[in-house]
Amino acid sequence: MNAKVWLLVWSSTLQSLSMVFFSTLFSLILGLPLGILLFITGEEEQGGIIPMPLLNSVISRIVNVLRSFPFIILMILLFPLSRLLIGTSIGTAATIVPLSIAAAPFVARVIETALKEVDPGVVQAARAMGSTNFQIVWKVLIPEAMPSLVSGVALTIISLIGYSAMAGAIGGGGLGDLAIRYGYQRFRGDIMLVAVIIILVFVEIVQIIGNRISARLLARR
Amino acid sequence: MVGIYMQIRLNNLKKSYGSLHAVNGISLSIPSNRIYGIIGKSGAGKSTLVRLISLLEEPDQGEVYFDDARVDNLDKEGLIARRRRVGMIFQNFNLFSSRNAEQNVAYPLEIIGTPRAEIKTRVAELLELVGLGDRGKAPISTLSGGQKQRVAIARSLAGNPDILFCDEATSALDPQTTHSILSLLKEIQRKIGLTIVMITHQMEVVRDVCDLVAVLNDGVVVEEGLVTDIFANPESDVTKEFLAHLVGSDSAGEEKMVQWSSKKGAYTLRFRGTTTDQPILSQITRETGIDFNIRAGGVQKVGGEVEIGTMVVDIQGNEEEQQQVVERLRELGVVVEKEGQ
Repeated sequence: MNAKVWLLVWSSTLQSLSMVFFSTLFSLILGLPLGILLFITGEEEQGGIIPMPLLNSVISRIVNVLRSFPFIILMILLFPLSRLLIGTSIGTAATIVPLSIAAAPFVARVIETALKEVDPGVVQAARAMGSTNFQIVWKVLIPEAMPSLVSGVALTIISLIGYSAMAGAIGGGGLGDLAIRYGYQRFRGDIMLVAVIIILVFVEIVQIIGNRISARLLARR
Repeated sequence: MVGIYMQIRLNNLKKSYGSLHAVNGISLSIPSNRIYGIIGKSGAGKSTLVRLISLLEEPDQGEVYFDDARVDNLDKEGLIARRRRVGMIFQNFNLFSSRNAEQNVAYPLEIIGTPRAEIKTRVAELLELVGLGDRGKAPISTLSGGQKQRVAIARSLAGNPDILFCDEATSALDPQTTHSILSLLKEIQRKIGLTIVMITHQMEVVRDVCDLVAVLNDGVVVEEGLVTDIFANPESDVTKEFLAHLVGSDSAGEEKMVQWSSKKGAYTLRFRGTTTDQPILSQITRETGIDFNIRAGGVQKVGGEVEIGTMVVDIQGNEEEQQQVVERLRELGVVVEKEGQ
C-alpha cells in the first residue's frame, strides 16, 4: 500500500467519523424527546407520569415500523428528503439524513428502556413533593437513569458505525465505501482488511469509553 | 421554627379499582398537632387511603379537607402548591440515588427556586436535626437503612410542611432502628409542631408514638379513638387480633409478657391507668373466696406514658361463680375478654 492509498484510507476514516458524529447528534435530538414521550405517556404502573394510552400506542407503532425497516431500503426511500435538506442524495452529508432517521426510533427505545429502570417509588416521592412534570423528567428521571442512558448512547454510536459502513454501498462514502469499491470490486484484500480493522477499533473504543463513564457514574452513588 | 397546625378531615371517601373497593366510605377527623395512626393488615386499604390524603390520587367520591380548605379537587397548579407543603416518607425511603444525602434534602427547596445560599444553611440545619450533620456528602448507597430514613425525614421537612405522612416508614427497619426512627419522629413533632399521620401494619408503632388511631379493615374504619382507650378496650375483632400479636416490646425497654404456664388461660384481663396499681385480683379473692390461676402477664407503656396491664388467667369455680367474678372485675374498671368470645 502506497502513500496515495493511505491518504484514501485517512479521508474515508474522516468521512466515517463525521457521518457517525452528526448522525448520533441528530438521532439523539430526534430520539431523546421521543423516548421521554414514550415513557411518560406509558402506563402508570410502569412509571408513566402522564398516561396517554392512545398517543403512546401510536408513537410505539411508528417506532416499531421504523425499527424493523431494512436500513438500505429506508435510505433509498429517504433520498428525496436528503435532496430537499442537503441538495443532493449522494455523499457523506446526504447520508447523515437517513442515518439519523433510522437511528432515532432505536434511540427512543433505548431511552425509554433506561427510564423504565428508574425506581417508580422515587418518581412517586418526587410527585408527592410537588414536582412539576418537567422537574420530574429533568431533575429526577434523567439523572437517575444516567448510567443506563450513557450505555444506550454508546450502543447507538456502535449501531451507527455499522449503518454508516452500509451506507457506503449506496454512495455514502466513508470506510464502508472504501471497503466495497477498492477492497471488494478491485480485489484489494489489504484495503478491505485495513477498513474493517479501523471500524472494529472504533467500535471497541466507543464500547470501552461508554462502559467506563457508566461505571464511574454508578461508583459515585 | 413555628409550625402551622393543620387538621385533616375526610368525608365519605371512596376509591375503587375495577371491582375492588379499596377505600369504601371512610370519614375521619385527624386533629392537628398530633400523631395519628392508621393501622390495617395488607389489603385493608391503607395504601390507597394514604395516596388519597397525600393528594397523589383523586377519590371517586367524597372529600378531603385540610383545615377548612377542600384539597381533593384542586387544579394542577393548586395541587402542586399544596403537595409542596406536605411531607411524605416511605417504606423504601425513595431517595434519589443520583444525589448524595444533602442534595436529596435540597431537592424540595430546588424545585421551589430557593436561593442557593439559603438552601445550604437550611440543608445543614435539617441534617443536624435528624442527627446526620456529618454525613451530608455521603452517597445514598453508603448509608444504613436507618440513616436513609433519616435523610428522607430531613428531605420531607425541607419544604416546611404542616403535615407529614409516614407510609409504613419503619416496616423495612429492624426493631432497634424502628425505635430510634419513631423517637426521632416524636421529637420532631414536639419541636416543630406538625400533624403526623402514620400508616402502618405494626401495632408497636401505634403503641409507641401515636396519640390516636384508626383501625382499617376491608376499606372501612372499624374502630377509632385514643390509643390508650383502644388498647384498654378493643372492640373490633381486627383490633383484638392486632393486640394479641403485640406482646411487650423488645425495643422500648418495657417488660415482655411473661408466660408462667404453657396452657392458655380462659380469660384475658386488661387494666389501664390507675387500675394497674391496685391489688384488684387479691381483693376479689378476699371478697368472693374464688381464686385465680395466672397464666401470663405483663405491662405495656402506651404512647410512652399510660400503662396498660394484660393478664391471662383462669378463674376457679363453676360457671356461675366465674360470671360473678367477671362482673366484679368489670365494675372495678378491668376489661375482660373470654377465650373464644
